[in-house]
Amino acid sequence: MSTAKTPSSNGKPKVGVYVCHCGINIAGKVNVQETVDFAGTLPNVTVAREYKFMCSDPGQELIQKDLREGLVDRVVVASCSPLMHEPTFRRAMIAADANPFLFQMANIREHVSWVTPDKGAATEKSKALIAAAVARIVLHKPLEKTRVPVNSNALVVGGGIAGIHAALTLADAGRKVYLVEKEPTIGGHMAKFDKTFPTLDCSACILTPKMSAVRSHPNITLWTYSEVAGVEGFVGNFNVKVRRKPRYVKEDLCVGCYECVEACVFKKGVTKDEFNVGLSKRRPIYIPFPQATPLVAVIDPESCVQIKRNKCKKTCVDACERGAIDFDQKEEIKEVEVGAIILATGFKTFDARRISRYGYGKYPNIYTSLEVERMVNAAGPTGGEVHLKNGEKPRTVGIVHCVGSRDSRTNAYCSRVCCMYSLKLAHLIKERTGAEVYNFYIDMRTPGKGYEEFYEKLLKENVHFIRGRVAEISDWATIPEEEGKLVIRAEDTLVGAVRRIPVDMVVLSVGLEPHDDADDVRRKFNISCSHEGWFLERHPKLAPVSTFTDGVFLAGACQGPKDIPDSVAQAGAAAAEALALIDKGYVELEPNTAYVQEEFCSGCKTCVALCPYSAISFNVEKNISSVNGALCKGCGTCVAACPSGALQQNLFTDEQILHEIEGVISYV
Amino acid sequence: MSDNDRNHFEPRIVAFFCNWCTYTAADLAGTARMTYSPNVRVIRIMCSGRLDPQFVLKAFREGADGVLIGGCHPGDCHYQEGNYKALRRFKLLKRFLSQMGIEEERIRLEWIAASEGDKVQKVINQMTEQVRKLGPLNLEPISQMHPPKEKNVKAKAVAMAKGGAS
Amino acid sequence: MSYIYYPGCSLKSTGRAYEESLLAVFAALDIPLKELEDWNCCGATAYMSISELKAFALSARNFALAERQNGEEDYAEMVVPCAACYLGLNKAHRYLAEYPELRKKIDRALEAGGLKYNDKVHVRHPLDILVNDIPAEKITSQVKKPLEGIKVACYYGCQLVRPYADFDDSHNPQTMDKLIKLLGGEVVDWPLKTRCCGGSLTGTVQDVGIRLSYVLLAEARKRGCDIVATACPLCQFNLECYQKRMSNLYGQELNLPVLYFTQLMGHAFGLESRKLGLNRVFIKPSRVFSKKEGGQYVNS
Repeated sequence: MSTAKTPSSNGKPKVGVYVCHCGINIAGKVNVQETVDFAGTLPNVTVAREYKFMCSDPGQELIQKDLREGLVDRVVVASCSPLMHEPTFRRAMIAADANPFLFQMANIREHVSWVTPDKGAATEKSKALIAAAVARIVLHKPLEKTRVPVNSNALVVGGGIAGIHAALTLADAGRKVYLVEKEPTIGGHMAKFDKTFPTLDCSACILTPKMSAVRSHPNITLWTYSEVAGVEGFVGNFNVKVRRKPRYVKEDLCVGCYECVEACVFKKGVTKDEFNVGLSKRRPIYIPFPQATPLVAVIDPESCVQIKRNKCKKTCVDACERGAIDFDQKEEIKEVEVGAIILATGFKTFDARRISRYGYGKYPNIYTSLEVERMVNAAGPTGGEVHLKNGEKPRTVGIVHCVGSRDSRTNAYCSRVCCMYSLKLAHLIKERTGAEVYNFYIDMRTPGKGYEEFYEKLLKENVHFIRGRVAEISDWATIPEEEGKLVIRAEDTLVGAVRRIPVDMVVLSVGLEPHDDADDVRRKFNISCSHEGWFLERHPKLAPVSTFTDGVFLAGACQGPKDIPDSVAQAGAAAAEALALIDKGYVELEPNTAYVQEEFCSGCKTCVALCPYSAISFNVEKNISSVNGALCKGCGTCVAACPSGALQQNLFTDEQILHEIEGVISYV
Repeated sequence: MSDNDRNHFEPRIVAFFCNWCTYTAADLAGTARMTYSPNVRVIRIMCSGRLDPQFVLKAFREGADGVLIGGCHPGDCHYQEGNYKALRRFKLLKRFLSQMGIEEERIRLEWIAASEGDKVQKVINQMTEQVRKLGPLNLEPISQMHPPKEKNVKAKAVAMAKGGAS
Repeated sequence: MSYIYYPGCSLKSTGRAYEESLLAVFAALDIPLKELEDWNCCGATAYMSISELKAFALSARNFALAERQNGEEDYAEMVVPCAACYLGLNKAHRYLAEYPELRKKIDRALEAGGLKYNDKVHVRHPLDILVNDIPAEKITSQVKKPLEGIKVACYYGCQLVRPYADFDDSHNPQTMDKLIKLLGGEVVDWPLKTRCCGGSLTGTVQDVGIRLSYVLLAEARKRGCDIVATACPLCQFNLECYQKRMSNLYGQELNLPVLYFTQLMGHAFGLESRKLGLNRVFIKPSRVFSKKEGGQYVNS
């Protein structure tokens, strides 16, 4: 067992141990009284108490009273994870005029009571963690946080509805915003929709005003057809490189008059039109859609013969009176400094080909929901007409829910939006064609304002609902009525029988998935992903738009499937969090930086090359290394490597950790 | 340790988890109420790169039967590449330990992302069982490790130490 | 690469034509195939339904033997043509890897027989090998009598591609389709290619079993198919041998030849029909093979 070796400046350390019941969260598994009695026997412990909720005001008051009365001068709280309440208790320390770093938490909830079935074992493990905390806290020294100013600009990545809303919120608050979008236009998925559920208001009517607001906002710099190439720095002071791909059309000169598009040597579309998800074709020079923002043409280097083979009459150049077309445009790298970053990179839809039994890609009249969204859109490739490949109107349509959702073979999670958009599409298809519409669902999930009511409305519209996951879709006809149709086979769990429903057209309600490059993106911004690939929030309930990297926030579906109202709400929240950071004007950095004890440094320079932030420099005159505290991020890699023990890390000195090891072992 | 006899051996395992991935994952395992064996005691460090090999030696010296190290997946380090440094040191340390007669299975390095609460559960349970199978690590007390063969050896050592100090 | 051939009981009895044609085709392609010495039952059907442990032990013995026969080579590539064997062995392969408790028991059983299994076996189906290991040119270069104008329904059956196989899609598999196309044949779009043939129900609840087989053939016929190609001895048996009964029951003359895909390959390679077991076939394909030579084969 260890004892304190370095008493604090005012004599022998006086450690207070406070064990939290957390209601029954801890007390249900850990014998709190026993741990308190035990803590009282530990060296240097002068006070050991218990309380129902240490994080509550009366709980904090308990600590503060002991501090003020001089009973204790350093504090151990045994409760939840430090990632949860360390800031709370540090603030309580400050309020009692104590240094907040003379504080240590023992995590006896997440790491003990919630994971240990046996009460005796849970109590013993708690004792060990308390002993470890006590053993290390006697070595804690008062520390100060350093303040670093915050750059007031912000970066928003992704120009869908979430990114647009976040950018506008920040810009309206007077902050300079850089909005980076991968595609040639902002608008994202929402721009492709015809109507939005459950109100059925026109998607373009509510979105396009926000898009033009972005374009004209004096505080927003919009970079479309661009990607973030790299991020350096840290909270408040990020340095971001943005790669602007050449669009071969000068953005400042083009007015979006379509003359060049009309003049292109290709008189018809040649490439799959991305905006119409492949339902139509576009020319090599194009404007994604009439409300594209910016309304600037773009040339696709993959299909333009001038770019590919340097051999074209260049009719587009002649057609452009403003001389905006520039085949010599090169990729550009822009470098900006920002204080906060909001990621709103969105989602992709599930590739229905992955479920071969649904026949997508094999049978022509099987569509994905996104394709039908374009089809029902008056500005879409069919002018709002819903028709089959042969041009006829479908008389029966089957809508298959949960394609790529709620299935352990593809994605186990619920994509949250499919039930509602399926209802919307059912309504629109019925409205446009008068067809009989069958919905095949597992459960109807309609939690949201007006959502259940919308479902009720559809039931009254005589849309059919069959409860059961679809087994397969084929053209295998067993009776004359099925001839020439697509037959949907599903178990109707309400009837208790397998049903075969012949239809003319099938809509696969595809789920939402993270983008293919989500992993590269998150690495660039140094944040984490859930195992499905969605960006991970700092806390699922209490920090839903923050990440584990300070200064990087999340908005919209990049964090998980979300509908438009939720994406916008989250974007607003992310903007508010970014503003809170920026408007404070400074950030306080955790003082867990490394430092050199000069008298022990042998000048071997091992540490210098190890630091990923170039925070360590070498003083040739004194033949020692020194750490720049402003650059040090506190990983401690150099400390672990220092052969002479000259490098130490605040809050994680060798001695502190060695004591913690002793503590943890002694009471196992 | 009365409960550490052959019939009922409860391994003592010290874990060093990095703050950003593995410690968070352990918190997640807790929030999700994934129960696992209570033999592992976690010490939080900011980065697996902070893991000084002497911590591992210290843990064994103090009576640990196993040491578990958890860091972010390759490419995911919060500090860019601390986990690679940890891996490098781990490999050397493993060799060193086996030369000292400590079985390789007593030390384990795992990459566990913040979202992998289930992996924390799995790894801790596996590690506990693995060390349980190996049995206690009975290091000799330091005083018995190098018993002086002749009396004058100790005297010589003392003399040398004194000579060195002066 | 050399392969170890695991025939299983069927290929030595009802499915002899499968064995004969498989060996002939592999020989023509110059792919060495060595039969596993002292092989035993794969453990399928009866064993698996009564005692899983015994079934897995039987599979494991085959694995251990394959490893031993393979010698020092890396992995033993075990060629398993019968769909039931393929499923059973693959299942054992998976379970041995995933269930340590089971593995312990099996290891003890093997030890008693002086054997040891070190997880160095790959269970492979000939379709997998012919499409994924053998270059397409090697196959096309052997084609002497292309299956031009012959419409083939590729029937994979229920056991071959699910749930353990990973060489093909479980609902719309493509490997046999690819092979038939390489041979010059035309593949009928037939959505029932993995639907149940009736399996052993033809021997137990006959009316159900025969109906299942009939549904497959009737749909194939409807889609203009000349020949059904199979990869499973039981499927071949069910689909071919009950056609008379089907016509009695359903009043439709089917008269559809049902061949192993290896027989079709051998025929396209111009191999002697006796070597391909075509003499064992009840519904002779000669009509199809000869009539198409005029380029105008019409279904009778």
